[in-house]
Amino acid sequence: MANAKPKLAVWKFASCDGCQLSLLDCEDELLAVADAVHIANFPEASREVVPGPYDISLVEGSVTTPHDAERIKEIREISNLVITIGACATSGGIQALRNFSDVKEFTNIVYAHPEYIDALDKSHPISDYIKVDFELRGCPIDKFQLLEVIISLLAGKRPNIPTHSVCMDCKLKMNTCVLVAGNEPCLGPVTQAGCGAICPSYNRGCYGCFGPQDSANTFSMTEVWQNLGVQDETILKAFRGFNGFLEPFKEASERLEQK
Amino acid sequence: MEIKHLPHDKLNDLFDAIIMSDYTLVGPKEKDGVISYDPIESVDDLPQGIIDHQNPGNYALQKTESSRFFAYTISPFSWKKFLYPPTHSLFKATKNENGISFKVNKDEPKYAFIGVRGCEMTAIAIQDKVFMGGDYIDPSYKKRREQALIVGVECYNTCETCFCDSVGSGPEIPEGSDIVLTEIIEKENHYFLVRSETEKGQNILNQLNLEKADETQSMIKDAQLERVRSQLKRKVKVSGLQSKLKENPNHPRWDEVAERCLACTNCTMVCPTCFCMTVEDINDLDGNTERQRRWDSCFSSEFTYIHGGNTRSSTKAKYRQWLTHKFATWQDQFDSLGCVGCGRCITWCPPGIDITEEVAALSESPDTYHKKESSHG
Repeated sequence: MANAKPKLAVWKFASCDGCQLSLLDCEDELLAVADAVHIANFPEASREVVPGPYDISLVEGSVTTPHDAERIKEIREISNLVITIGACATSGGIQALRNFSDVKEFTNIVYAHPEYIDALDKSHPISDYIKVDFELRGCPIDKFQLLEVIISLLAGKRPNIPTHSVCMDCKLKMNTCVLVAGNEPCLGPVTQAGCGAICPSYNRGCYGCFGPQDSANTFSMTEVWQNLGVQDETILKAFRGFNGFLEPFKEASERLEQK
Repeated sequence: MEIKHLPHDKLNDLFDAIIMSDYTLVGPKEKDGVISYDPIESVDDLPQGIIDHQNPGNYALQKTESSRFFAYTISPFSWKKFLYPPTHSLFKATKNENGISFKVNKDEPKYAFIGVRGCEMTAIAIQDKVFMGGDYIDPSYKKRREQALIVGVECYNTCETCFCDSVGSGPEIPEGSDIVLTEIIEKENHYFLVRSETEKGQNILNQLNLEKADETQSMIKDAQLERVRSQLKRKVKVSGLQSKLKENPNHPRWDEVAERCLACTNCTMVCPTCFCMTVEDINDLDGNTERQRRWDSCFSSEFTYIHGGNTRSSTKAKYRQWLTHKFATWQDQFDSLGCVGCGRCITWCPPGIDITEEVAALSESPDTYHKKESSHG
């Protein structure tokens, strides 16, 4: 990767495309990115597809079909680095809500001919199938974090992608705590930073888009919300969001379900 | 120093004198639902009549009829954010034809802090030791600190979360400030008692034509301070605490507090003495770099990650490290407590963990200790 421009590929699995569009959303930096890496395979951006192998593969989306379970292994084989981007790829995504139910029931209701549907029982994060070199959280990912990863790879250093809570980012920005001073239910204390604490910065509680922080205490978080008068059903739904299948968010919603 | 009398309508003259001496005036103002220390221009920015209610995990403001300028107790963020900012550029490295050029920012703002409380002055003195006390002096902190003008204002109210007296940091304002004000309202009479503590402070006061305060006024000031002291509800029993904490790393209370602790870092961010930091290189696509320092926390797992693993991976270990540092190992390191009793960690902790309650429980013998229902929640 030292001399020639690294070859970059972008792959899509079960997802909404929002995360890979973050790359195109880089606007001001997009030309510089295109200058620094060879965008070799990115169907959303260019119909030109340069065959592999690739230095960097950005993978969006979750694995939900037997076909995709094979495809991701092929991608691993032709990629030097695999970086998963977004909640779907790192946790199974919002579609992992079906992991808590029977997928057969859904297909029978939704499709006229459910026999054509070949879906896995669960929506899986990519790391369930292959070794992942780096995970970028978020629904969607933060474009500055994506740039940080690309820049760091080019510079040969570890990217600054913190795993601490959203609270720390709020405090670094001198935000007023919406939970303590506004009695607003906020998942910031259990959620990983990366979005720039965007919701609390606009006086709303955190939705947990970036999944659990490295020391998330969902048990205590549940109690804090209960003390604010939030119903258990609402707390369950808050944990069972974009990252609902990721521990310990999964455990928290299941604990509330069993009550 | 002689105590002078400053009528309330002359407070702005003091501010003007400070501004004329090239200081950036920062003081309390109501912002985003809190009393915030921010740049101010005149007395009109002060949160007149506003008081703060602080309880474990809860903060609320209340407007009162009072004309008192400094009726509130303390702001969510201490003065730390000015002397030791949350993020700070250490240097910039730029690629050019000759290689790489480095640029270090040496310009530091010259602040005047209006409304520093006793606990906050103690905290500044503690951070002075951290950043300027040893062999390795932080140049940015030193410059900001040495060129700052500190105007203390004695407390009139207390919050439920305050415990300055028991840790010896207030309510009186300890040595270190340049000017000290006491705001007094007796019937129709609204004035300040003013004294300078340093030459820097005296030079500012010399620009105002102030009369000497009379003795009864000084007595009112003393009585006011004693009333504040008597209102403090929380306390920490410091004697013997250092050895108790060090001797009982497996006290059952550590497990109990870890069940409630969110490891969210809020306590360390709002603490006026916490000084942990990390250093990050911020690169751009052209190969330029800015090296930044930013606040970090002993509650962040990355902070204690070293090659091969994390030295404190459990929340229990993190909380124990934090509290033990504040009340025990800080004394070994800096010869003082690391806690000034401001209560910010109690207020801004979402589950409302009360450090005074934890210290009291941890002071009990682990052999006879029985789990008690928390007074909170």
